[in-house]
Amino acid sequence: MTALRQSFELGLVLCRTCGLALPRTSLQGDPRCRRCRSPIEHRASFSMEMTLAWLIAGMLLYIPANVLPVMHTNGLLGEEDSTILGGILEFWRAGDWDIALLIFTASVAVPFTKFIAIALLLVTVRWHSRWQQHQRTTLYRIVEFIGYWSMLDVIVVAITSALMQFSALGTAEPRAGIAFFCAVVVATMASAMSFDPRLIWDRHT
Amino acid sequence: MSSSPVSPEGAEPPAPVIRNRRWMPRLVWVVPIAAAVIGISLLIRNWQSEGPEISISFLSGEGVQVGKTLVKYRDVAVGRVTSVELSENHETVVVRANLSKDAAALLKSDTQFWIVRPRIGVGSVSGLSTLLSGVYIGMKTGIDARRERHFTGLENPPALAHGPQGRELQLHAARAGSLNVGAPVYFRQFQVGRVIDENLSTDGSTRVTLFVDAPYDKFVKPVSRFWNASGIDVKLGADGLDVQTESLAAVIAGGVAFDDGPLEASGTGAAMPAEFALYKNETEAMAPPDGEPRYLRMRFKQALRGLDVGAPVEFVGVNIGSVVAVDLGYEQSNKSFPVVVTAKVYPRRMGLAYEMLTAQGTTESEETMAVFVGTLVNRGLRAQPHSASLLTGKLYISLDFQPADGRTAFDSSLRPLELPTVNGTFQELEANIGRLVNKVNALPLQQIASDLHTDLNDLHETLNELRSGVLPNATQTLSALHRTLDAANRTLDVESPLQRGLDETLSQTRSTLQAVRELAEYLDRHPEALLRGRRPQKVMEKP
Repeated sequence: MTALRQSFELGLVLCRTCGLALPRTSLQGDPRCRRCRSPIEHRASFSMEMTLAWLIAGMLLYIPANVLPVMHTNGLLGEEDSTILGGILEFWRAGDWDIALLIFTASVAVPFTKFIAIALLLVTVRWHSRWQQHQRTTLYRIVEFIGYWSMLDVIVVAITSALMQFSALGTAEPRAGIAFFCAVVVATMASAMSFDPRLIWDRHT
Repeated sequence: MSSSPVSPEGAEPPAPVIRNRRWMPRLVWVVPIAAAVIGISLLIRNWQSEGPEISISFLSGEGVQVGKTLVKYRDVAVGRVTSVELSENHETVVVRANLSKDAAALLKSDTQFWIVRPRIGVGSVSGLSTLLSGVYIGMKTGIDARRERHFTGLENPPALAHGPQGRELQLHAARAGSLNVGAPVYFRQFQVGRVIDENLSTDGSTRVTLFVDAPYDKFVKPVSRFWNASGIDVKLGADGLDVQTESLAAVIAGGVAFDDGPLEASGTGAAMPAEFALYKNETEAMAPPDGEPRYLRMRFKQALRGLDVGAPVEFVGVNIGSVVAVDLGYEQSNKSFPVVVTAKVYPRRMGLAYEMLTAQGTTESEETMAVFVGTLVNRGLRAQPHSASLLTGKLYISLDFQPADGRTAFDSSLRPLELPTVNGTFQELEANIGRLVNKVNALPLQQIASDLHTDLNDLHETLNELRSGVLPNATQTLSALHRTLDAANRTLDVESPLQRGLDETLSQTRSTLQAVRELAEYLDRHPEALLRGRRPQKVMEKP
């Protein structure tokens, strides 16, 4: 790994938008990519700070997202407020373990994975760790990728609310919890996007 | 963390200019702060709206589900069941529920809880919504000031769910008939309330609790009379068949009706009685108070077939009581078998006479009754069986004055009092009918029949004569008359010569008369013309 030379040593700067390698001199004056005119930086400024802020916000929002009901159903069998965890338990008890597992993955496992992964990345970068740099980069890519899939719950609630409107027979309405859950997803995605994976590779002596 | 890396080779790295020209990224901290604020405010709000937890014990937890069963007050959910478990002694089910904060004020020590299940009765159907949604726990707040968190649930829902305005009334009755809780209460065939409770009191009589709803409770007066409106009242009276019922529901489910009592009993100042009597039917309810019944015994020296228990006892045509027993007696003196009739009479029904007697300082007792009856007997009061109906042969006892009857000893010390009797006239009637039949038998019917036969024969001959002799002549006469009338018709016809001649004659007569009238007028104006003759006509000048 030590054989690898960094862009800095080569006098290059990468545009994160279009992937063009620019000479470091481009950072002088108005630092913009020659090709796509987006601002370029040697390393994303405040990357760690913003990532941390979004991460904390996401974690805080995750609490009401789970405590508050996400959906209110009103039907022939009575009315009910359901939370995410309550819904998972209900499906599990009813024997639909596959659906329970799916919801659990989308709404509990994925956000938690993201929290832990981002926290891990932050801590290791802060400590200038050179441990498993390659895997950590892969981890970051995964986190970035699974970000979209966390919206599964939100989509389920949105579709259910839109479809189940039979007044007397049954209605479903979204509740505050799903907004918080949506905010969690947005916050974790923002957190992941704020993180500059190049920091993983920086060598500090 | 944007510390610039140091090149390992130690080459001159022109340190990249790190400029803090953008302060915007710092703003990102607003996001977690906002999230924290929202989270904390939610926590506070949740903590503030956290209501009390209550526990209710029921005999059975049928249908109660943790986390699903709601506690409802006036059909609005105010709480949710959090746990259902057996009590420590395993005899009841303890249901715990979290109530909302605003429902806390409803928790009085006499607040009632019950499990609402579908109920279908004749009078009403309730809780049908629970068929699909499952049971819920109903709640009715109390009036006690003390607060309570542990309750004992009712097994049946209270008849009055949410303390409506109105009046609660107690009725007592010998038997409740077919009354049920929830049975309607009618005032002039309009439902104004319902039966909310019914139980057997310690003395064996029935206590019925009614609730009359608010605008109508003012119809309940001290003089109100209540009666059992169950069933149909069919009366065949002088004015035809009269069927009375409060409503079809009352026929099936039973009901109570009330109305103002007879006017004479009304007193505006009278206090509302603690309990009303529940009468068997309207007639009984509306009757004036009978007072205590007295018993009379009568010995009849004749067979009284058709005299039943319950047969009326009438005093001068007014029903004052009924027969309660018909027994066979035995008199040793003349070895006869008299019929001993015991009757229950209500002396109050005798009206003014009895009232006057009781008003004379003497209290209403057996002695008063004895004196009263003694007086009447001395004036000739006798008991006599009468036939109520020739068709059914039913008898009734009539107490009436028999002036012809001599004085009879009246023993006022006997209990029950014994009334002297007179034999019924219904047997005399039979004897009369027998005599009538005998007379009819004695009639010479054969003779009459043969006389009638000869008379009829004579009549027959006369008619024959009439047919052969008189009728042909009459026919001839009639045809002659016909011809004459024809001739007359022709003569009188408009076209006949006679008619025409008559017309002419008449017109001539008319002109003659005209001339005569002119002459007369002329003579009137010129009387001298009689002597002088007619002067030449002057021409009349018209104005």
